[in-house]
Amino acid sequence: MRISESWLREWVNPALDAAQLAEALTLAGLECGAPEPVGAEFSDVVVGEVTALRAHPDADKLRIAEVDAGRKERLTIVCGAPNVRVGMKVPVALVGAKLPGGVKIRAAKLRGQPSAGMLCSARELDLNADASGLMELSADAPVGVVLQEYLQLDDRVLELELTPNRGDCLSIRGVAREVGAITGAQVSEPEFQDVPATGDSVFPIEINDFDGCPRYAGRVIRGIDPKATTPTWLAERLRRASLRPIHPVVDVTNYVMLELGQPMHGFDLADLNGGIVVRRAEKGEKLVLLDGREVTLDPDVLVIADHVGPKAMAGIMGGEHSGVQPGTRDVFFESAFFTPFAVAGRARRYGLHTDASHRYERGVDPELSRAALERATSLLLEIAGGEAGPVTVAERRTALPKPATVSLRRGRLDRVLAITLPDEEVGGILDRLGFAPKKTAEGWSATAPSARFDIEGEHDLIEEIGRIVGFDRVPVEPLPAAVVLKPVSERTLSDPRIRAAMVDRGYQEVVTYSFIEPSLEIDMGLGGGVAVLSNPLSTDMSQLRRSLWPGLLQTLRYNANHQQDRVRLFEIGVKFFLQADEIKEEKTLSGVLDGSRWPEQWGAAPQPGDFFDAKADLEALLALGGHAESCIFEAEVHPALHPGRSARIRRGETIVGWLGELHPALVGKFGLERAPLLFELDYVLISESTLPEYKEFSRFPSVRRDIAIVVDDDVPARAVQEAVATEAGELLRELRIFDIYRGRGVDSGRKSIALGLILQETSRTLTDNDLEKVMGRVLLRLQRDFNAVLRD
Amino acid sequence: MRDLNELLDQARKELDEAADLAALDEVRVGYLGKKGTLTGLLKQLGSLSAEERPKAGAEINRAKQQFSEWLAERKTDLGRAAMNARLESESIDVTLPGRGQHPGGLHPVTQTLHRIIELFRSAGFDVADGPEVEDEFHNFEALNIPAHHPARAMQDTFYLPDGKVLRTHTSPMQIRTLMRGELPLRLIAPGRVYRRDSDLTHTPMFHQVEILVVDRHVSMAHLKHILSDFLNRFFERELKIRLRPSYFPFTEPSAEVDVECVNCSGTGCAVCKRTGWLEVLGCGMVHPNVFRNVGIDPDEYSGYAAGMGIERLAMLRYGVNDLRLFFENDLRFLEQFHAD
Repeated sequence: MRISESWLREWVNPALDAAQLAEALTLAGLECGAPEPVGAEFSDVVVGEVTALRAHPDADKLRIAEVDAGRKERLTIVCGAPNVRVGMKVPVALVGAKLPGGVKIRAAKLRGQPSAGMLCSARELDLNADASGLMELSADAPVGVVLQEYLQLDDRVLELELTPNRGDCLSIRGVAREVGAITGAQVSEPEFQDVPATGDSVFPIEINDFDGCPRYAGRVIRGIDPKATTPTWLAERLRRASLRPIHPVVDVTNYVMLELGQPMHGFDLADLNGGIVVRRAEKGEKLVLLDGREVTLDPDVLVIADHVGPKAMAGIMGGEHSGVQPGTRDVFFESAFFTPFAVAGRARRYGLHTDASHRYERGVDPELSRAALERATSLLLEIAGGEAGPVTVAERRTALPKPATVSLRRGRLDRVLAITLPDEEVGGILDRLGFAPKKTAEGWSATAPSARFDIEGEHDLIEEIGRIVGFDRVPVEPLPAAVVLKPVSERTLSDPRIRAAMVDRGYQEVVTYSFIEPSLEIDMGLGGGVAVLSNPLSTDMSQLRRSLWPGLLQTLRYNANHQQDRVRLFEIGVKFFLQADEIKEEKTLSGVLDGSRWPEQWGAAPQPGDFFDAKADLEALLALGGHAESCIFEAEVHPALHPGRSARIRRGETIVGWLGELHPALVGKFGLERAPLLFELDYVLISESTLPEYKEFSRFPSVRRDIAIVVDDDVPARAVQEAVATEAGELLRELRIFDIYRGRGVDSGRKSIALGLILQETSRTLTDNDLEKVMGRVLLRLQRDFNAVLRD
Repeated sequence: MRDLNELLDQARKELDEAADLAALDEVRVGYLGKKGTLTGLLKQLGSLSAEERPKAGAEINRAKQQFSEWLAERKTDLGRAAMNARLESESIDVTLPGRGQHPGGLHPVTQTLHRIIELFRSAGFDVADGPEVEDEFHNFEALNIPAHHPARAMQDTFYLPDGKVLRTHTSPMQIRTLMRGELPLRLIAPGRVYRRDSDLTHTPMFHQVEILVVDRHVSMAHLKHILSDFLNRFFERELKIRLRPSYFPFTEPSAEVDVECVNCSGTGCAVCKRTGWLEVLGCGMVHPNVFRNVGIDPDEYSGYAAGMGIERLAMLRYGVNDLRLFFENDLRFLEQFHAD
């Protein structure tokens, strides 16, 4: 909310300059930006009156104005504004004037006619964006007076960013009360006189929903002057609040809203039929809004209807034909209390946010309806004349919110704020805030003012005291705590340890969005559904990821497009999937490798990284928790991976994850030029760790025996390893595969596997005889199981 | 004994001329070997008279000893030269870069988070975890944010079917922990959070850390202490802080915390928009309704809570000026956070 500082000072005038005032408000919880000057920089602009007009001989759109600007001579000024007319008061930039944006006014000829100055629009003076015509000043504006003086531009705008609990501060009146409470300055509320009825015209009001509208005040004003214009002083105050003058009736209601906090509506009485009915919308009922949109009203929307149909969404926005028009003569003013509950959420649902809905959602003072109506009546009569009827009020007092009466215990106050304030200070703050405090045995009893919708208990009063005295008075003290050690499990790897392992093996961590574009969804072969956002920001972020791979592949493409030819990335995060209509989350470690095995370097020929590079990284990762042996990589088909180059990682019956090369059919989908390697591991499983347990080891020498066997190409290495291990039994300490060979000397469809067996006995040195026996058994087994032939 | 002196002169010459250890050994054999010259002279002693023999013997032995000394010296020299030659032939260009894998790095959000966790762990805080898909009870209602409350609009929410939401803050983890009822407690709860907002200074996903302490007699003084302590430790500087009263439905009193601008030390700059202050976190005393919602008596226990954006802290710590960089994952950005 933006308000004029000088306006506020009419209500309360503390001995602080604007910047100090802004800071004081900020430190009391009403965040206030740096005060902004209201007038732009210009000079030599004065109030002038157009005294005569004639046509320009050589230009249709220009006219020649005689202007009284308080100088000895009338000025002759060429003007192109459509709204220029005789008798109009306008800002005149004299010769020599400087306007915003560095424009200098000189005596000139326009299409051959001399022009000694310029008549200005509001835009040209940077007062608002209105460039449609000259800025019209009030008829009583004194000719020749410097414009800054006349408009009182020695003022600043205070912009308050209010929290949603402080609807009571959305007015000069509310802010003034706060300033009084913070600074101790006297608040002098202007005295507004009730306007006695001068006519007897009334319009009936009926409330059908007292829960939504406990009070509705209305008043008819007949015979306003349709030619009346809003006076400059009022228009200026609206402008400083960023409101545009529209029509005297609208401007008056806006002014009262800014001044007192009561949103109002001015209906054109001629458009109302029969009487006002406040009710919930009927099913399917439609309303054309002021912005021209037709909306279907939900049954929980409170409407202001007449006997024909809805005219406005209560507390939100009027309908298309509800407001005043340029020719309106008879007006019906509405000043009502709609409960926050009846308004909240509705505006948003229809994509609306208005000054009225903003206030009603937060709570408007229910005791304000009548006073605001009187104030608006008096302003309108002053500006546009007319005859006011009596005030009509429909209400159910029992449905009005009851001001909370709250007790504040001295002990609690002291404990929460950790300071002990004198009684007078606490009482004084509550009093200035309008809580009418009474001293009790335990502390105080206080009743919230009717404008405050945020007070329900003792904690609220403690906050009030705290923010007014200022949190800088709260001391700084460490919380005493018992000396206790926390349990630390040695059966879980720490998160930093796991990430460090990835980093040390050359991977860069990334953080990608949890939502992805549906077209980039990868079939993970999991079955189950996808969790889709009901209100995504855009379609490319509309569903929750079922795998981290799409995000990693997009990141890979992004970096590949930026000349990164070797990329290793990992991410730890949650993936989501639907299982029996429940969204499940699974924490995952995923990675992608693309490009050469080593960073380009001397002494190593460039080689593309492959499955086994990634596998080594995963084996190292699994080894951290002691799972290198127990995790098995087995050939398994995965829909996203190359079927001949993918492995499922299994520990017992549990699937730990997947590793493989991206399926060639998906390479183009991600805009890549070659297939990278991908892996995804269950984070919880890999972070489980085993506690080391000491076993006796043999101190006798070990012996190594190497053999090379030729087997069919499709015999997996792991099967050979298992067969050897079974046959060699306890004697086998380690088995190494140190070469795989295909080609000359080996039949096509076959391969040679070179095995190194490291053998050791626990209780003695192995003899040649022992070795012959065990190697014989191993060979026999390999021949039998795999048709293996010993290679020389 | 002119012969012996000449012989030694000759030997000296041969020793000096021997180019390597093999040649030197040949010289040794030539004088001291079975058929060596000096060995031969000793053998001839028998042909001398008994009077001449001791003198001649002594002189030959002296010559032999002289030769052996020279030989040893020469051997040391040649050995040293051979080692030097070998070392020279084996020398490498130590300025060539090392071989092998280059290390990767952690994302700056992780680095910042690890730092925050480490600081709070050192003060005995536990680390809590919770789901990213939440129900409205944990994300809103239990935190005293009823439906239709304008506060719900403060955090534009992503909705999922069946009334589920992507958590808009880390505060639901407060509820989950409090409902377990193990008091007193001190915890931090970090994680991803989601808001339906995307512009220069907002991304639809970011990270927060929640801090919660519940005990008997926790006051705002304790809250001010932990905030000040944390910010000083995090930025490794003594910084002024100020608490501005604010509003969060789940704390009361509530405050926004400003820290003295780490860029200009409070004199005013572009980073702090000339105010000298940076808003870094929100905090407050746990609202009694939150305690009631989880079955804790607010007269018996009190507590404080605070929440902060990890990206915000990372930006201030490392001088990053664009939030969106964190999720673009450009390696040219990420690699700047490696230690070298």
